[in-house]
Amino acid sequence: MLRRLPPLALIAIPVALLAQGALPPDAYEVENARSGYLYMEPPTRALQDDTFLNPGQFIVDQGERLWSTPMGAAGQSCASCHGDAATSMRGVAARYPVFDADARQVVNLETEINAMLTDHMGAEPFAYETPELLGLTAYVSAQSHGMPMNVDISGPAQAAFESGRDYFYARRGQLDLSCAHCHEDNAGVKLRGDTLSQGQINGFPIYRLLWDDVGSRHRMFEWCNTSLRAAPEPAGSQAYQELELYLAWRGRGLPIETPAVRR
Amino acid sequence: MILRALILGLALIGGPAAGADLVPYVVRDGAIDAPLAGTEPGDPARGLALVSDMNNVSCLICHVLPIADEPDMGEIGSPLDGIASRTGAGELRLRLVDSKQIFPDTMMPSYYVVDGLVGVDAPYAGTPIYSAQQIEDVLAYLLTLEEM
Repeated sequence: MLRRLPPLALIAIPVALLAQGALPPDAYEVENARSGYLYMEPPTRALQDDTFLNPGQFIVDQGERLWSTPMGAAGQSCASCHGDAATSMRGVAARYPVFDADARQVVNLETEINAMLTDHMGAEPFAYETPELLGLTAYVSAQSHGMPMNVDISGPAQAAFESGRDYFYARRGQLDLSCAHCHEDNAGVKLRGDTLSQGQINGFPIYRLLWDDVGSRHRMFEWCNTSLRAAPEPAGSQAYQELELYLAWRGRGLPIETPAVRR
Repeated sequence: MILRALILGLALIGGPAAGADLVPYVVRDGAIDAPLAGTEPGDPARGLALVSDMNNVSCLICHVLPIADEPDMGEIGSPLDGIASRTGAGELRLRLVDSKQIFPDTMMPSYYVVDGLVGVDAPYAGTPIYSAQQIEDVLAYLLTLEEM
């Protein structure tokens, strides 16, 4: 009898249910910050809300498997030190990115995960948008599902925060537009056939219908830059990390929705 | 008033010709009255094709135009139906070429400018969104949009 049951699935399903699914209807708007969820059509929202249909769920599952897979020369997995992610990673994504005062730079989840691999596990870092880095980032983020974004911009982080804010308000590209022109001045207004959102980042990594793929926050920044015919910054660059810090602060209080489904 | 004169003055002195192949033009009273140099008369049919081209910064991204079978039009800018009855050809030409000379804070892209832009992606560096002829073609189309 026992052999006929898939034990991993029995364990994984309750964890996934805990981490995913619909939030209370009033959770998606906090003061003036509105989650991208509210700009989606009902079928897109339903896709996100259904743990079993959400097409971003597979990358969370992939991250979950990787979490306990030994990687690198030290023969250790994430779980070797961090144990059960549901406990050890709860709330982490809500307070990232952080400012590393020693290295004097912003560190997002992807950078932190790669630092663990290289500095503690004797492993190579994963590139942006690989299933491995997306998976671990999504799995760690999903442990904060429903928790409000709450980054620290005080003290040494302030200069980086201001730099990210400046990026948000600076015109760039052949179209000579800033992030704010669309996502602050015109959120809720139709752009071509779509409705502009506030550009909130609380759902990443997201499954994006336009991409038919999962993508990171920095992939979205690259996409926006390219739409303006502006040269994108490299994923993982400080410019994007600082922008990410600013945007996380701008959307403070919005719940982590990973893996969100967006247009 | 002084600012406006300064802007117009800069436009006259600096001109757009510093980059690439942009032709110089004269701005007077918020308008470019003469067709851009070296162009043939604008063709409204070509202009209509251009404003509908989603691969080339289409007007429809932000504006509603009276085009049948076009359900997805943006609403960021003002509707352009009847624009020719409200705005003269010379002012419309300047609005296409470089609307920031009239409205410095506008989000409307300048379609015939290469200087002063930051971080332009390599394939577009040094080139305006529209050529001088494309400006004239789109203008010719817009001038057909009169109040019924």
